[in-house]
Amino acid sequence: MVQEETNTIEASTAHDTEAIIDIHGLYKSFGEHNDVLKGIDLTVKKGENLVLLGKSGSGKSIIIKCLVGLVEPDKGEIKVFDNDILYLKESELNKIRIRIGFLFQNAALYDSMTVRENLEFPLKRHSKDLSAKEVEDAVKEVLESVGLADAIDKMPSELSGGMRKRIGLARTLILKPEIMLYDEPTTGLDTITSREISELILAIQKKNKTSSIIITHDMACAKLTGDRIAILRDGVIGVQGLYDELEKSNDEWVRSFFI
Amino acid sequence: MGYKSLPLVSITGLIMGLVLTIQSRPTLAEFGAESWLPGMVALSLIREIAPVITALICAGKIASGIGAELGSMKVTEQIDAMEVSGINPFTYLVATRIMATTLMVPLLVIFADFIGILGGYIGVNIHDHVSLFRYFSQVFDSLNFVDLVPATVKTFFFGFFIGLIGSYKGYNAANGTESVGKAANAAVVAASLAIFIIDLLAVQITDFLFNTYN
Repeated sequence: MVQEETNTIEASTAHDTEAIIDIHGLYKSFGEHNDVLKGIDLTVKKGENLVLLGKSGSGKSIIIKCLVGLVEPDKGEIKVFDNDILYLKESELNKIRIRIGFLFQNAALYDSMTVRENLEFPLKRHSKDLSAKEVEDAVKEVLESVGLADAIDKMPSELSGGMRKRIGLARTLILKPEIMLYDEPTTGLDTITSREISELILAIQKKNKTSSIIITHDMACAKLTGDRIAILRDGVIGVQGLYDELEKSNDEWVRSFFI
Repeated sequence: MGYKSLPLVSITGLIMGLVLTIQSRPTLAEFGAESWLPGMVALSLIREIAPVITALICAGKIASGIGAELGSMKVTEQIDAMEVSGINPFTYLVATRIMATTLMVPLLVIFADFIGILGGYIGVNIHDHVSLFRYFSQVFDSLNFVDLVPATVKTFFFGFFIGLIGSYKGYNAANGTESVGKAANAAVVAASLAIFIIDLLAVQITDFLFNTYN
């Protein structure tokens, strides 16, 4: 029944654009009796924001970590920009990683570096021919885009949760990624800051034409940012479709996410 | 990493030299061999005491620091963040630390040797009056190649393993803040043990190559 609904909704939301992320039959287990992913099939089209919902511990973060090679799946196929990332050498994978931005749940800012150094670090590592002024301009531009130009010389410990998320976002944006992966971007933030982050995600999609996977439990964020919603259930994508369609689903379990 | 350990190494080096001299003097005095004191203290310090004690201090201070720092970076996903931005964290975080400890521990040991010998000078002058020039003449008369070189070479291995073990324990810390403490603790224990094992091997190899201890 779930499969039927999936097919129906998928048909109604089909995009004509090319798939930029294509996951097929993804399996991952931790130990013998802890199968987390049991055959994930998921596609993200170019320029699309896909929101991934699911209960805590259902394996949402594992999926995006598999996408960037942080977690090695047991079985399956992951195509990003038409490259099967499971068969890439480390150097080839790194070239793909540069084109993907990853916002971690706690922003993962480098504690020992200032905001400026956090932003300069990936840029200097990947664009060694840039002059000091070009690096400085890029840092200022990206900080202005997240509304935190004044925080340039602060240490991460001096920033609030919302500011850390914005700086984390700025650090990924500085490499001009084509894909953004957000791991619970609004968790632990107040309603107003959550909305600001959600609006920022939307602005990034519009300005940079990025494709994104947004993992969240925040339904306001899901509604605002998601072009499409997919819900993880028992290790597979149980259902996917538009927010409004899923909100009125016949399946009580699906509806329970929207209460 | 290295220069921040200088005050600690200075104090322990000075105390090592001073205590060794004060403790050894009565035994040598029984045989009327107090004049051997500078040479004996220098030999003991350079061959064994300064390298091992300094390396143990570094294991406690540096290996635990590396273990805790990398463990904390692992737990807070900073290492993952580095990896997903296409930067090899091993090159940036691990290789640099191992290189730093491999180079800095020998320098700290040489510094500790010198400070320890100065401590010996103070110890000798508690009971006798020996000039600094005469004291150092006796020290250098008693030392030769096989005292200095093997003892210095082994400190590169001490440094290498202090960096390697600290990095390994930190890099492989499990999730959760508790694991940061465990990584730091395990780094100190394993590095200290490694120092003793390397020291034992170094003594055997030196003996085999130079026949020093016969």
